[in-house]
Amino acid sequence: MRYFDDLQVGDRIELGTHLFTAEDIKTFASQYDPQPFHMDEAAAARSHFGALCASGWHTIAAWMRLRVLYAQREDAERLARGEVLAKLGPSPGFRELKWLRPVYAGDTITYASEVAEKRVTRSRPGWGIIFARNTGTNQRGELVMSFIGSGFVERRPGAT
Amino acid sequence: MPKFYFEDFAPGWTAEYGPRRVSREEMIGFAAQYDPQPMHLDEEAARHTMLGGLGASGWHTCAVMMRMIADGLLLDTASMGAPGIDEVRWLKPVRPGDSLTVRGSVVGTRASQSKPDRGFVTFHWEVFNDRGDKVMTLVVPQMLMRRNGAA
Repeated sequence: MRYFDDLQVGDRIELGTHLFTAEDIKTFASQYDPQPFHMDEAAAARSHFGALCASGWHTIAAWMRLRVLYAQREDAERLARGEVLAKLGPSPGFRELKWLRPVYAGDTITYASEVAEKRVTRSRPGWGIIFARNTGTNQRGELVMSFIGSGFVERRPGAT
Repeated sequence: MPKFYFEDFAPGWTAEYGPRRVSREEMIGFAAQYDPQPMHLDEEAARHTMLGGLGASGWHTCAVMMRMIADGLLLDTASMGAPGIDEVRWLKPVRPGDSLTVRGSVVGTRASQSKPDRGFVTFHWEVFNDRGDKVMTLVVPQMLMRRNGAA
């Protein structure tokens, strides 16, 4: 991770893609969101969705996975260059999450993240909060989900 | 057949669902698959983070809450999903073995202007651990069918 002070509003990263198979959709749904349109093709066909689609929480969990893997790749490259890594803290929350279109079985979603806002925190010296607009786009180029996430990122030592 | 439709909800409605225990195994399993950060995976590594010990991925807490609301309410409701989430706040870490409960209230309701078969009920959900700490809050407009269908 780069330090809070080195991240700029507008910085955008492409995180990669995730294929939502029917099996994965049902596995996630059976554990956490067992509504019929996420569990069963026939029931989903009768619903307003028209076909089996992923739980919205599943579509974000896949984003999170790719976000973490991106950070791990980036950290490995920084270490290889002999750079110091900034620590990444937990997230205080998110806002303005929009599930804009269903994610159907067989859809491949491409995820991205763009720094939207930076905020220095008084309560946590040495840390700042980065707000990022995170998006998922399907293979037809349609935006399927968007939210403003946040997370604590370590400040450069000595930064004020 | 669903028991509850859009018309059954109004400000003043409240409910509590759960408890659901979140085991260490489930917490680490979710994190390994969807949020593989050391603070969610490894006790020793987590001790040196802001969480001060192993804590669940916030997305896992959301998913556990979703399951309690699905079992308690939505599977008996003419739910059409949610178009989004207005806001989530992760207030305190969820620890291995915590039993979570969720309390909800209705903030407001509005019939869809463009589609007469549905309406939106905005719920405010609060998740508590078994020590009484509020660990998460969430505001969500839930889309529900109207009782008379395309009335």
